[in-house]
Amino acid sequence: MLEIEIDGKKLTVPQGSTVMDAAHSVGTYIPHFCYHKKLSIAANCRMCLVEVEKAPKPLPACATPVTDGMKVHTHSDMAKKAQAGVMEFLLINHPLDCPICDQGGECQLQDLAVGYGNSSSRYQEEKRSVVGKDMGPLVSAEEMSRCIHCTRCVRFTEEIGGFQEIGMANRSEFSEIMPYLGKTVNSEISGNVIDLCPVGALTSKPFRYSTRAWELSRRKSVSPHDGLGSNLIVQVKANEVMRVLPLENEAINECWIADRDRFSYEGLNSAERLQKPMIKFDGKWHETDWETALAYVVKGLNGVSADHGKDAIGFLTSPHSTTEELYLAQKLARAFGVNNIDYRLRRSDFSADAAQQGAQWLGSSIAELTAAKSILVVGSTQRKEQPLLASQLRQAVKKGSALNVIHVADDALLTAVNAKLIVSPLALVNALAQVLKAVVEIKSAQSTIDLAAVAASEEAQAIAASLVEAESAAIVLGNVAQHHPAFAQLLKLTQEIAALTGARFGLLAEAANSTGAELVGALPHRAAFGANTAAGLNAAAMIAAPRKAYFLLNTEVEFDSYNPQAAVAAMKQAATVIALTAYKGAGLLDYADVLLPIAPFSETAGSFVNMEGKLQSFNGVVRPLGETRPAWKVLRVLGNMLNLSGFEHNSAEEVRAELLAHGAVESAFNNAIGDVPVNAEAGAGLVRIGEVPLYQADAICRRAQSLQQTADAAVPVARAHSSLLARLNLADGKQGLLRQGTGELKVLVEADDSLPADTVRLATAHPLTVGLGGMFDSIELTQG
Amino acid sequence: MLSAQSLAAIDREVAKYPADQKRSAVMGALRIALVERRETGKTPEERCLNTEVIEFVANYLQIPPVAAYEVATFYNMYDMKPVGQYKITVCTNLPCALSGGVNAAAYISKKLGIAIGETSADGKYTLLEGECMGACGDAPVLLVNNHKMCSFMTPEAIDKKLAELN
Repeated sequence: MLEIEIDGKKLTVPQGSTVMDAAHSVGTYIPHFCYHKKLSIAANCRMCLVEVEKAPKPLPACATPVTDGMKVHTHSDMAKKAQAGVMEFLLINHPLDCPICDQGGECQLQDLAVGYGNSSSRYQEEKRSVVGKDMGPLVSAEEMSRCIHCTRCVRFTEEIGGFQEIGMANRSEFSEIMPYLGKTVNSEISGNVIDLCPVGALTSKPFRYSTRAWELSRRKSVSPHDGLGSNLIVQVKANEVMRVLPLENEAINECWIADRDRFSYEGLNSAERLQKPMIKFDGKWHETDWETALAYVVKGLNGVSADHGKDAIGFLTSPHSTTEELYLAQKLARAFGVNNIDYRLRRSDFSADAAQQGAQWLGSSIAELTAAKSILVVGSTQRKEQPLLASQLRQAVKKGSALNVIHVADDALLTAVNAKLIVSPLALVNALAQVLKAVVEIKSAQSTIDLAAVAASEEAQAIAASLVEAESAAIVLGNVAQHHPAFAQLLKLTQEIAALTGARFGLLAEAANSTGAELVGALPHRAAFGANTAAGLNAAAMIAAPRKAYFLLNTEVEFDSYNPQAAVAAMKQAATVIALTAYKGAGLLDYADVLLPIAPFSETAGSFVNMEGKLQSFNGVVRPLGETRPAWKVLRVLGNMLNLSGFEHNSAEEVRAELLAHGAVESAFNNAIGDVPVNAEAGAGLVRIGEVPLYQADAICRRAQSLQQTADAAVPVARAHSSLLARLNLADGKQGLLRQGTGELKVLVEADDSLPADTVRLATAHPLTVGLGGMFDSIELTQG
Repeated sequence: MLSAQSLAAIDREVAKYPADQKRSAVMGALRIALVERRETGKTPEERCLNTEVIEFVANYLQIPPVAAYEVATFYNMYDMKPVGQYKITVCTNLPCALSGGVNAAAYISKKLGIAIGETSADGKYTLLEGECMGACGDAPVLLVNNHKMCSFMTPEAIDKKLAELN
């Protein structure tokens, strides 16, 4: 420990601290631009100059290590003069366009110029001007003359984003911040550079010129997208969400959010929002009032149950709905006598259901996952599924964790990977079994799984060694593993490996409330907190054996299902499809019979349970749009109208209280599963890798215009290994014909040698591909 | 894009640094690329660096293209635009400027009839402004073709030097 005195305050700080760290620990503010606690030290803005006794000239606080007995003055004459001098230099080329600058009112340069600068400049000459840059549809770099070259954005893309997409070209007064010539900034977390920019050089493209910072009210919320549960500040003006910023939470999202969290708000104000209940009769849609619509729904449910029995009704819900909504949905279904309820529409394997012993979750806290010395990620595109968690894993690797990967494509993870097994989806079980076999060999242990036919490859042995040798290890299953037709076997193998290596294991929750849906029992085999219930049909069974009536909560089956082809066919044959939705999507308008407008997360109170099992509640930030109502209210009224007891809640808080009366949230989680037969033999044949694109995951981001213009939202093409294309006589960049079930699609084919042979990678959940079948099912590819 | 010889030379540069710090070799790699282009290029455009070469070097070193571009545009020894047979870089940084560096640049400019940043019509001379060459005591200083450093460049010394080059 070192002793230091800052402005007369004595304190001790650990070895290696900088003067800036020490000052922050006693609440002394030192002005700065380039310094950021999460980025490397650049010391190029010089704003943090302070006086250090015995040093001949002022020193930058951010880059000066504390030495024992150091005496620092942050407000002495010398320090103040240095700071005012730096400010004068910084303002030499900075345009005085604050009145028209988007950053006005929340600008660090503006604030510090008032606080630490002089009232006028001695500089009379012409200011330099810099041509604007194109950084893509999210980040605006139109006014680069405002840039003060702090290089925070450069360091962010390199250190947090994993790939330096922005650089500072040229030298001295000709320096310019720019993306590489002709390239845009494509990182899935690029929006953070807007927050980092201390001036108005990088601003939010969708938000530009729409309002002034001081006209906005700040409301807390939680991201409705991925399973991380990023904390948000939603900024609101005149009952409209104007922009979204991160709310710092060191344990979850640190000070960042993904672009999906930041820019999806455009979808909340989409013209596709459903504002009034609608009923279809004679093939035409008619707007109606709530009373009529609800009576119609009740009549429909009672009618189908009288004619065909309760089992003819199926409830399909969404893991993007709030905990309260999902709780009431399963309560309504079960009280009405329907056991067919599921939230796992994109899953294809439910054979672990009977063996499940608790609600599935990450198996540890996020901090424990990223602190693990060895991490094995099975079946996850990482960056496109969990953009921010992927960046946290990248930081973990920098701190010395070994990242191991078993996946169906050799995606660029922008980080060092210790060992990886890239195999066809048909060999995924085999790949994981190889690791188990290697672990068994290293440990000279026994496994309950028959591994006689499995041969551990070199890579599998490297993964096994990494897991065994690390003092802490974690294995997590991503979306590809969860949606995989052999998910139960993957989970079982993971459990075996974890048991032998002492690793924690769990699931990377696909959606904001997947874990919450597990908890409240929006499942056919488990009610809230795992309570016993009469077994119903799972999501796949409800589609495979079509029901007479479907009750859809926040779901567009053509985008949310494992097999959109079958799901849409099931909807079309049903006598009635009741949809509670925030949007009148083309699919719903086609197959639904009644649409009830429900509030998205921004317009209702509720809570999401993130992947680590943390329940985070939030309030609505704006009033519901038009005649939209929070879904919990709709479900509660439906309960009353169906004469069911136990639907007397007056607020979302009451619903939550009723749910939480079941027990402590943490007590509900358990990833352990019982006996599941494992067939470790790798399959053969051409198979599809059909992942959900980053910006197609849920209803809100599908309608966020700016996100839809990014590279990640490009129209899907079919990618396949060049050897496969050669064998099929297909040319790279030409059209091919894909066939799955009854669906055919002519689509551009591209060679991609990062894929295993005998796979075709083509995104699902996209308007282009809704006619095709299962995400990881077999597929035919021929010349188009 | 580059010859086997150049690539071997770049590999030698890479070998000087730890395996995970290939980025450190970017200056050497860009220099080698420029030397090859200068020697083999047929047109003035082919004798300097361009974005394709920079991208090639970046990919070869497995670094982001923009990281190599930053370096190539920072140092004016890397020619990003066609230059003449003799590239004269005059230091005009503050200590040189106080000791006649600006005057030296102006004198050469007048004598050759080209402004700073321009190349003479016969393709013989290019005049550039340079950054500090670490020889402030010898000011004014200039650099011919990146390698030959000339000190105390009074008008007489400049006349002598230009005559020599001619």
